[in-house]
Amino acid sequence: MSRKITVNVCMGTGGIAAGGSTVMEAFRQEFAEVGVDNARVVEKCRLHKVGCRGFCARDVLVDIAIDDQSWTYQYVDEKMVKRLVAEHILDNKPVEQWLVGDDYHTFHDNQEKIILGVLGHIDPESIDEYIGIGGYKAAEKVLATMTPQDTIEEIKRSGLRGRGGAGFPTGLKWSFCAANQADRRYIICNADEGDPGAFMDRSVIEGNPHAVIEGMIIGAYAIGADTGYIYIRAEYPLAVQRLKIALAAAKERGFLGKGICGSSFDLDLKIKLGAGAFVCGEETALIASIEGERGMPRAKPPFPANKGLWGKPTIINNVETLANIPPIINRGAEWFTSIGSEKSKGTKVIALTGKIRNTGLIEIPMGMPLKKIIYDIGGGIEGDRLFKAVQTGGPSGGCIPQQHIDLPVDYEGLKSVGSMMGSGGMVVLDETDCMVNIAKFFLTFTQEESCGKCVPCRIGTKRLLEILTRITEGEGKPSDLDLLQELAEDVRDASLCGLGMSAPNPVLSTLKYFRHEYEAHIFQKKCPAKVCSKLLTFYIRPDHCVGCGACKKACAVKAISGELKQVHQVDQALCIKCGSCFDACKFNAVIKE
Amino acid sequence: MEKEKEEILEGIYKAAQANGDNIISILQELQHQFGYVQKDSVEWFARKSNIPEAKFYGVLTFYSQFHMSPRGKNIVTVCSGTVCHVKGSARIISKLREDLKLKGNEVTTKDGLFTLENVNCVGACSIAPVVIVNEKVYGKMSPDKMLKNLKAYKE
Repeated sequence: MSRKITVNVCMGTGGIAAGGSTVMEAFRQEFAEVGVDNARVVEKCRLHKVGCRGFCARDVLVDIAIDDQSWTYQYVDEKMVKRLVAEHILDNKPVEQWLVGDDYHTFHDNQEKIILGVLGHIDPESIDEYIGIGGYKAAEKVLATMTPQDTIEEIKRSGLRGRGGAGFPTGLKWSFCAANQADRRYIICNADEGDPGAFMDRSVIEGNPHAVIEGMIIGAYAIGADTGYIYIRAEYPLAVQRLKIALAAAKERGFLGKGICGSSFDLDLKIKLGAGAFVCGEETALIASIEGERGMPRAKPPFPANKGLWGKPTIINNVETLANIPPIINRGAEWFTSIGSEKSKGTKVIALTGKIRNTGLIEIPMGMPLKKIIYDIGGGIEGDRLFKAVQTGGPSGGCIPQQHIDLPVDYEGLKSVGSMMGSGGMVVLDETDCMVNIAKFFLTFTQEESCGKCVPCRIGTKRLLEILTRITEGEGKPSDLDLLQELAEDVRDASLCGLGMSAPNPVLSTLKYFRHEYEAHIFQKKCPAKVCSKLLTFYIRPDHCVGCGACKKACAVKAISGELKQVHQVDQALCIKCGSCFDACKFNAVIKE
Repeated sequence: MEKEKEEILEGIYKAAQANGDNIISILQELQHQFGYVQKDSVEWFARKSNIPEAKFYGVLTFYSQFHMSPRGKNIVTVCSGTVCHVKGSARIISKLREDLKLKGNEVTTKDGLFTLENVNCVGACSIAPVVIVNEKVYGKMSPDKMLKNLKAYKE
């Protein structure tokens, strides 16, 4: 019997957090143990760490592939490994009860994977595996058969638009940069993914770092850059480590350095670690940060394509944009334009999270209706609660309500309802989420991250946050609604950079679609979603209370009284509304209103 | 300044010169060496490189990565990304602050055992809310579960 056996263990950040390395180690030990008596089988086994394959909610995911057939197991932990090896690998009997169900397939079947397709299949730390699936073919093709001008034209024809947020056509941007007379040009990969709720760039780098490097080689050749930087968050240690390994391997194989692939083209790529500032995702701030300065944006024009890093023409592309370049070169612009909607071509990687059953990383053709994403891929709302809104674009985006559930997800579609694509985070909210609180959450973030250079953003976000805070604390005034609207519009119109211009979006979109929630907070002093604690009252239902004393013990201010096995009461004068009693009660006797 | 420390600074300075490093990289290296950026190191570098101290402090205070006071033995990071927020990270933070007896703006405990901080997103949204202690990731946390996990670090 000479079967070829591969065991793939998900080792992205999600997989590792769920215990991926423990599972990996358990397999290694198990192989060593059973290997003594089954040397012929175990010798054929290959243990393989792979990047994120998207369905993070089911981690740790493990594939066992025997010859051409593959089985996927979900929620694997180290205790399950012994049985998997004994039954599936040695006895050839898959363990049915642990296999993924139909929803795993619906999750994947509705997607279109250009970028994520190889994640979860190749070892991100091996350049040979990337080359094995056709990697660096596009770079070779460009360097050997295409001029820089041809390359730019091909990308232009593909209709590829920047995946970092604003959606500017990539080919056009490249042509602006190439048109400048300059002795040096730079290419920068923006991997400073700072949006809360977004992790697509990290997953792409962790799962397939060479695709980004190959995209940079092609981009650098097209614009005539000999040096490039990858600006990446220091909070992504695994991505940084895999990138370092990939850069060293690419250099060793002659894909970086002098005379790449036998051509006369040279390129050196360096990693720059971000130091933790959200505003550095903005192009001019990012450039200031690479130069070692405070990461503050400057007025545009001149745009970086004309005057960027150290005053030289510079192209800044997002991770996902760059990862799209090799497939476009390999398969042609026509193929790429066949996917997506009229003005937004190709696919978009989305981090689908929040109150949804199937959280994870997905890739959809541009223009897919929101409903299909949430219900077909996402499997609907967790716990069968009611859908309330979906928040897209992180702190720069807005909240989209039920009435727009059929909206096509592309740049124009999202913009038309006051949100934006942003980097592609999608957080689903249900009836238990308070929209005023959500707006306050994002403003807390943008206010903290505002660099302070321009007044509208520095002071405007602070004042917006103050108003939102008082509304959630029951101190809101009737005039606050108009004031919020006016101030938000001013901040949007007058700020210097994208951070300030888009910071009011969460306020404006919630005011537009969820005005009634604001009104309930201000006029009735009630939080309909029962989130804003200062507007809640905690009671104990006598018919449910068994007198166990758990709430009394949990209360830090001694506001709960009652003898053991007797009904307890809350003293409203002492209660600080912390919610500890609500969490402590196992009998649903504590209610909040 | 002790001779030993001066030698370390000298080493960082020479390496930075050789690589053409900027202020951010120097500060990152200082923090890596000493755990936080010390005042006397900044003074030393400002004199040595003839760059005003204000320039160093300008960068130092701009980026959230840099710390200007010693940090605890264990770093407890609570994720405050959107998903963690809607799944209750704020309650975890307040419970931890209460348990670690942190008052006002304090982030490090008096005994120097813990530093509590939050991060905007670690991208592990599928197991939200997430708390990281040193390098270990705890997913699907609740205030009580986290207090139990923290006990192990107190011994």
